[in-house]
Amino acid sequence: MEALGRHIVEASSATIAVSIRLGELMIETMPDKLVALLTFLRDDPKCLFNQLVDVCGVDWPDRSQRFDVVYNLLSLKHNIRVRVKVATDETTPVPSASSIFSSAGWFERETYDLYGVWFSDHPDLRRILTDYGFEGHPLRKDFPLTGFVELRWDDVQKRVIYEPVKLTQEFRRFDFLSPWEGARQVLPGDEKAKAS
Amino acid sequence: MGVIQSKPGATADAALSRALNDELTDKGFVVSQLDKLITWARTGSMWGLTFGLACCGVEMIHCWMSRYDLDRFGFAPMPSPRSADVMIVAGTLTNKMAPALRKVYDQMAEPRYVISMGSCANGGGYYHYSYSVVRGCDRIIPVDVYVPGCPPTAEALLYGVLQLQKKVRRTGTLVR
Repeated sequence: MEALGRHIVEASSATIAVSIRLGELMIETMPDKLVALLTFLRDDPKCLFNQLVDVCGVDWPDRSQRFDVVYNLLSLKHNIRVRVKVATDETTPVPSASSIFSSAGWFERETYDLYGVWFSDHPDLRRILTDYGFEGHPLRKDFPLTGFVELRWDDVQKRVIYEPVKLTQEFRRFDFLSPWEGARQVLPGDEKAKAS
Repeated sequence: MGVIQSKPGATADAALSRALNDELTDKGFVVSQLDKLITWARTGSMWGLTFGLACCGVEMIHCWMSRYDLDRFGFAPMPSPRSADVMIVAGTLTNKMAPALRKVYDQMAEPRYVISMGSCANGGGYYHYSYSVVRGCDRIIPVDVYVPGCPPTAEALLYGVLQLQKKVRRTGTLVR
């Protein structure tokens, strides 16, 4: 895997950093070099990553380039996977991979829908999952859990109307011990773990 | 007094059917009230529109399979809203699906009934605080019977169907 990483760095010249994270090769690159890198990864005989498994986004609200767009590639020939990461913000578009991988179209629509990342040269960049006329990008960290509008049938207008959200009870979080987040309190027996 | 009568409903039913049988063999016809006859016929042939939206839909299918077999109650699955009497909303109703649900409901002919099946359809359930889920399908269409559970067992849905039949028999009307 290290050898493949070195080969990619030397041969493609479109990478910022190559590392091995979580048992997979991870390549970071720039938006303007993304198309060249993905084409290289697909066509190079040592890589042949000819399947785009997923395109997804990550939101880091603290960074100035707050989004990561992650491409997961699979090489059927060599049976290895690779992650390609591109950092961007709300306004900078990422070149679309739909000319390289035909599966990228819907994945990029999904990333655009949920994060608001723009993809240039995409043939049909519309929302794919959320409601028609939906506003906002729900997987952004600053999007409230319950959203802004809710739905009900209006018997006077004879149609389904949208209204601002009215909750009879606020959302309450009882999960204090979740391993994912919020596990800040000291567990019994661990009182001196940090002090030593 | 003091004597425990086992299954009072069953003996009453048996007595009723014996009386009906006697009358039928004696006179050759039975006198009844028209609305009772019609609601009886209606409960015996309620066709369910299968609106399976999520995992509850699988449990709804179980209800028609051999173990419980809703067909015994004349409750046949019917994919077309035009000829269905009961709509079973089984699963999470999202904002995007809500206008379609209402449209299908509007296409059903009167008298029409709705069974809301599962927590999500009853009140949003697990997704109550989600930005994309309707907090209960009764915000969109009127509901007759709520079946709780996540998902309800096929037995629970069967019980809901029987409750709906009871409701129709009790409040059935000829007026549209």
